[in-house]
Amino acid sequence: MQYKVRLTVTHNYPGSARSGRHLIRLFPANLPGRQTVLSRRLSVDPQPVEQREFDDYFQNFTTLLVHDTPHDTMAITAHARVNCLRVDDPGLNIAPPLSALPYELDRVQKLEARSPHHYLGKSPRIVPDRTIAAYAASQVNAQMTTVDIVRAIGSAIHRDMTFDPLATEVDTSAREAFALRRGVCQDFTHIMITGLRALGIPAGYVSGYLRTRPPEGQARLEGADAMHAWVQAWCGFETGWMEYDPTNAVEPAQDHIVVAYGRDYSDISPVKGVLRTAGPHQYSQAVDVVPVDEGA
Amino acid sequence: MTHSAGRGSDAQVAALLRDYRTAAGVSDELFGRDGTLRPVWKPFIRHLAGLTADEIAARFGRGDRHLHDAGVYYRKYDTSGPSERDWPLSHIPVIIHDTEWQTIATGLRQRADLLEAVAEDLYGENKLISEGYLPASLTAQNQAWLRPLVGVRPVSGHHLHFLAFEIGRGPDGKWWVLGDRTEAPSGAGFALENRIASTRIYPNFYGDSGIHRLAGFFRAFQTALTAGRSDPDGLIAILTPGPMNDAYFEHAYVARHLGFLLAQGEDLTVQNGKVMVRTVDGLKPVSVLWRRLDGATCDPIELDEHSAIGTPGLVDAVRQGNVSLVNALGSGVLETRAMMSFLPKISRVLTGQPLALPNIATWWCGQKRERDHVLANRDTMMIGSAYSSRLPFNTEDGSTVNRVGAKTSLEELLDQDGRDLVGQEAVTLSTTPVWHDGRLVPRPMILRVFLARTKDGWQVMPGGYARVGSGHNTPAIAMQQGGAVADVWVQSDRPNPQMPAPALRTQQFETQIEEALPSRAADNLFWLGRYVERAEGNIRLFRAYFARESEGVAPDRPLLKDLRQTLSPGAGKTFRDLTGTFELPLQAALASAGQVRDRLSVDALMSLRDLSSSVAKMAGQSLTPDEIPRKASVLLRKITGFSGLVHENMYRSTGWRFLSLGMSLERAATMATVLAALAHEEAAEGALEVVLEVGDSTMAHRLRYAGGASHHSVADLMALDGKSPRSILYHLSRSRSHIDHLPGSAEHGRMSPTARLALQLQTRLAVETPGTLTTRKLLDLRRDIWRLSDLLTLAYLK
Repeated sequence: MQYKVRLTVTHNYPGSARSGRHLIRLFPANLPGRQTVLSRRLSVDPQPVEQREFDDYFQNFTTLLVHDTPHDTMAITAHARVNCLRVDDPGLNIAPPLSALPYELDRVQKLEARSPHHYLGKSPRIVPDRTIAAYAASQVNAQMTTVDIVRAIGSAIHRDMTFDPLATEVDTSAREAFALRRGVCQDFTHIMITGLRALGIPAGYVSGYLRTRPPEGQARLEGADAMHAWVQAWCGFETGWMEYDPTNAVEPAQDHIVVAYGRDYSDISPVKGVLRTAGPHQYSQAVDVVPVDEGA
Repeated sequence: MTHSAGRGSDAQVAALLRDYRTAAGVSDELFGRDGTLRPVWKPFIRHLAGLTADEIAARFGRGDRHLHDAGVYYRKYDTSGPSERDWPLSHIPVIIHDTEWQTIATGLRQRADLLEAVAEDLYGENKLISEGYLPASLTAQNQAWLRPLVGVRPVSGHHLHFLAFEIGRGPDGKWWVLGDRTEAPSGAGFALENRIASTRIYPNFYGDSGIHRLAGFFRAFQTALTAGRSDPDGLIAILTPGPMNDAYFEHAYVARHLGFLLAQGEDLTVQNGKVMVRTVDGLKPVSVLWRRLDGATCDPIELDEHSAIGTPGLVDAVRQGNVSLVNALGSGVLETRAMMSFLPKISRVLTGQPLALPNIATWWCGQKRERDHVLANRDTMMIGSAYSSRLPFNTEDGSTVNRVGAKTSLEELLDQDGRDLVGQEAVTLSTTPVWHDGRLVPRPMILRVFLARTKDGWQVMPGGYARVGSGHNTPAIAMQQGGAVADVWVQSDRPNPQMPAPALRTQQFETQIEEALPSRAADNLFWLGRYVERAEGNIRLFRAYFARESEGVAPDRPLLKDLRQTLSPGAGKTFRDLTGTFELPLQAALASAGQVRDRLSVDALMSLRDLSSSVAKMAGQSLTPDEIPRKASVLLRKITGFSGLVHENMYRSTGWRFLSLGMSLERAATMATVLAALAHEEAAEGALEVVLEVGDSTMAHRLRYAGGASHHSVADLMALDGKSPRSILYHLSRSRSHIDHLPGSAEHGRMSPTARLALQLQTRLAVETPGTLTTRKLLDLRRDIWRLSDLLTLAYLK
């Protein structure tokens, strides 16, 4: 399935920003066997004095933007075409039970972007939390494989949480959102990561897009009008990584377009920046993800 | 007084040592394992024994006074918050023989090379992990391992340039490494100050004793940093977290000592991948950053997003190869305790050699065999966080969980969180003599030894920084718990041991600081000037007020009402409110001064401190009106002392100009206010005398004008007389002259807006006469003086 993706992020600084420095991670990723980027184009207004592209530690395509003259608004538009390949059903659920996971982890004697070792314990936005740990533990029984556990916790969060864009903000912690039982995809994802890590399952954050209008006869997915987030979890040496979208209780397939992988939001926030500004700061986002007609 | 020759008799030596009892199973620095005095200590002990009690007290006092006068302090944190304390120097040095020192130095050089190799691997090929010599999870969970730096080669070719090691002597007499300081080691500057103090205490002994000097070590590192710049015009800066950091004194001290710029994160900006410092003369390139803050806090965009002390884009500059970091960002990864359990093996793998100087035995509890060993030997273990870089016996911050505890809980803990824990052999440190009630007693001790990379390899500072316990138990070594610090003497048998000391490129260093004045430093100097002057003006008004009151003028008379209103417009009028009008500005002045410690003389800082504490004392007393003017006069003499230091002693740098500008603008504005309020035609009776008193010009008026004061004569003297250092015109002229000397005041023959306004103000006032200078004009003038201050800020201080 080929998609046309367009995202516009607008920042307003009523007090005017004197200068700014931003790292952006907005473009779909190239993922061999799953996702191929056909084109990408970025327009930034005002024009930055510096613009440079690089891959970050987790191999995410990252763009640096620097502004050095006063401006009161900044608009970033990212256009991309991406081909999402059909992912085969994983087939047999041969993931190990939880008790065997530590031994499987020890078999991974490597530290690179996709090594599970990054995705345990603390990370900048994930701190161990007893309440979430207990909640996660209560969804698990001894017969489950790691894959079963990921699905069980993901669907439990979907069942017990209410999607509510007004309840939380970008800095809300998993603990606070869980206490409210409300939030957006970022909160659902952070809660699930916290729960999985508490059980010893390496888990991380995926940012991406959903198609804006669902295919005929299907319901529209929550989170399609902004950038979306879901969970990746490591399920043993053979199974490797699986993904789960707790906001919609689905396992991402062709309708989920991956932008970036990280330990949590802080590794891959779409627009991360530091401004020299005196005043407040407003932010808005508009996303359009449309399938390209195969014949067109 | 006759000076004793400093050679004590055997009986005096015996008396000095009569209470020195070493403990069984503990090594001692003074006495060898055979129970006899170590030969290396003999000359010193004999020297000390030959001094009378009075002489010793005088000498120790001299050392303490040096440290106090030099402004050496440390920051103590307790329940009442941080406070600055006098430096706790133990007056007895630790003495180590050259031969033994060479063994230590060789071992530490080997360790430094090994750590460099480990850093290179952890930020490079990662073979230690893939080949199984380091567990992957240990690095992945280490908060000091900075992912954005993986794959980035330091432009200098090395990760490590300046290191410290904590070492201690075990019961077997051998030295052990207890901790590696690779992130941003502190203490080298304090070691230098300790040395200066000990030369004051033992001047006769030190001179020809064969003790290694420290200066060569610093010079060698200075040369190495200078030579290591990628851009010959690039500055070398010490990057400090700022005055609230417990080692800020040292940052400022080392910066001044070596002629490097002292910068905070906000002073720097990154442009086109280059680090620049914001100065009053625009952006200047920085080639080397000797950082004294943790790597993770250095860049809020790519590292810790919550850091408020970093520089956005610093990682980018490093990645572009445009700045050398000392040490490289991410080098803190080597400091963790757990690393010590793998280093012995890694040493053999990478170098083929065992560690020449072993580190304290450490077991990482993420492996079953090690975990079992720790459990079985729990009584001789300190068990704590694997990622902590604290010394194993440091229990104050919870980084050591327990060595006793309930048996089951420890087992559970190790089972559950083994990956995050290490067991370390409980340490028994050697003891060293300290002075206690007129005799020597043994106390536990650790040494911090410093290494610097030069073009000839690692140089080891021949001496160091010893920390000595306050009691017999080891944990009390921390300064926060009352421990002391001591100088370390490395004693050679030759009379004058030489360190290879490359020649200083003096000129270059002397000009560096002068050329680059960070805008933040200039801003603090400017406000320091303004606050001090504001305090002075208010003390004068305050004194005049209470002088009148004590002479019997009733508080409801117009004169006193006007005075109160001038002193504290709009605010309260109690005694405390009135003292607040100078107490608060002085506190603000001290805060500004603390930000520019590297640019102010110790005397200036001390006089401000003294002033501030005198004010606080006075404000807290209940005084009768006739006591107050005298007390205020004392304060005025003190504040004049500070101003004198500024104008008589300070080098005429651009920084001095900002300080002096702040003082002049504030004084001019204050006088405009006072004249407008008290010197008009309808002014209250006695007001003109008050104006002269506040302007410290009663005498000058008497000399210049016959008869009493009229509002014309007062306006003439206090506003228009360019020869009076109290007049508005004098200070507007001085401000203009300073502004003309600032960078960019005239470009291509065109005046800057700041220079133009300064000239306008000066000429506007110069053409006035006492008859034409109305209250309205004075108030307009004051408004425009503050406009000038704003323009200055915009042009230079942001």
